[in-house]
Amino acid sequence: MNFILDPVAAIGRAFLGIVRKAGALALFALAGLSHLLRPPFYWGVFFNSLIEIAFYSLPVVALTAIFSGGVIALQSYAGFAQYHVQSAIAGIVVLAVVRELGPVLAGLMVAGRVGAAMSAEIGTMRVTDQIDALRTLSTDPMKYLVTPRLLAGTLALPFLVLVADILGVLGGFTVSVSKLGFDPQNYIIATFNALKPLDVIVGLSKAAVFGFIISLMGCYHGYTSRGGAEGVGSATTAAVVAASILLLAFDYLLTDLFFAS
Amino acid sequence: MSALPKIRIRGLTKSFGSKTVLDGIDLDVEAGTSFVVIGGSGSGKSVLLRCILGLITPDSGTIEIDGENVLTATPARRIALIEQIGMLFQNAALFDSMSVADNIMFGLRAKGRGKAHRLTKAQAREQAGDILKQVGLDPTVGALAPSELSGGMQKRVGLARAIAGTPNILFFDEPTTGLDPIMGAVIDGLIVDCVKRLGSTAIAITHDMASAQRIGDQAAMLYHGKLVWKGLASELMNSGNAMVDQFTHGRKDGPIGMELRK
Repeated sequence: MNFILDPVAAIGRAFLGIVRKAGALALFALAGLSHLLRPPFYWGVFFNSLIEIAFYSLPVVALTAIFSGGVIALQSYAGFAQYHVQSAIAGIVVLAVVRELGPVLAGLMVAGRVGAAMSAEIGTMRVTDQIDALRTLSTDPMKYLVTPRLLAGTLALPFLVLVADILGVLGGFTVSVSKLGFDPQNYIIATFNALKPLDVIVGLSKAAVFGFIISLMGCYHGYTSRGGAEGVGSATTAAVVAASILLLAFDYLLTDLFFAS
Repeated sequence: MSALPKIRIRGLTKSFGSKTVLDGIDLDVEAGTSFVVIGGSGSGKSVLLRCILGLITPDSGTIEIDGENVLTATPARRIALIEQIGMLFQNAALFDSMSVADNIMFGLRAKGRGKAHRLTKAQAREQAGDILKQVGLDPTVGALAPSELSGGMQKRVGLARAIAGTPNILFFDEPTTGLDPIMGAVIDGLIVDCVKRLGSTAIAITHDMASAQRIGDQAAMLYHGKLVWKGLASELMNSGNAMVDQFTHGRKDGPIGMELRK
């Protein structure tokens, strides 16, 4: 026992473990992306994944966006009324929704719904030898299972965020007009005056990054799962937690990159 | 001069951490024969098959198919060599997101692309129905999901998917595990029929002695990663080898038990 070296060694081992996992994840992502350039591409799997992410996530993303937009309007009104700047509410709602809440809330909802489902499906295939069976049938599992899902996630989330943006602003508009007594025409004019094309572009770009992260985490944790049903359960939890944390971390980095100045 | 074996393995070793699972395996499987590998759980049988299939990379040794080393072949050549193999997994490993017919059509379209690639979906579906008939199932089963099938039916569909691409080599991983004796005999009969009809070379791993004798022409026993006996499958119950005799007759006492107690 060495009371000085042992804790240092433990920290070193933990650090190396993190580096090893990050490296494995990066290689997995590169392998998945590299198949985009090499035929065949499994369009059927891609379209199924696209429908699963974009279409079946619509209700949960829509409801989240509508209520979030309404809440921002209510909360902003309560604060801004003290300084008599209620007129800024339309701008606050649209910027908050388009820049932040739309991408982040849609991302978190999809991470919980789709990231978990991807991880569970691929993890089950791993522990029941279905992935090995793909190999014996001359099919690269990365190409068949991972690449179409990475592309589908990256393309589906911007669509979902666009819907979330529209419905979030609509939620704020509805609450502002019906409950807070705003003039509808003035509210709409203020909304469009506050919004710049860059806000939408950056919001959708964030969404694409989040979609990639969610699919990557779902596929990676499922693909590397071990140990039967318990392993699949752990992989599913890890996929959702990792996707949520990475999503928020990348949200900060992208916001800092585009809006800090 | 003797003909080149279809599969030739020399000095194959594989360890997981400090545990040696395959320890210098030498094995020849002649073309057109069925070879059965017996051995207890954890003896390395499945690892051996997975090494040949390229699902696990061995630490050393050579694996030749038709005289060509799979391990040192170019990726494209390696895929071509592995494409000759059809595999029935222990739990059938059917794709549960697809129907039974789609599972078989996947086998049809994935293997031997040059020929099967030209199949239309309707042709592939028709062929899938024919293959289902070959394994004793009604073509209407094709519309069902794998989860709707019994264990025996799943094995039949797994066999149908494995033979869909008319492979030169067939692997069977514990084909009768989890089946009642009658269904086990039915599956064994189907395996023998398929191997004969395709003229394939087969390797089966099992610890079901009745199955081993029904399927195999030749046999070997794997114990602690080493081949401890090779001979005719018909001699399995009378091998004259103490380990094989203990294993095949299911005796509690013998060299295997003594070794475990050490």
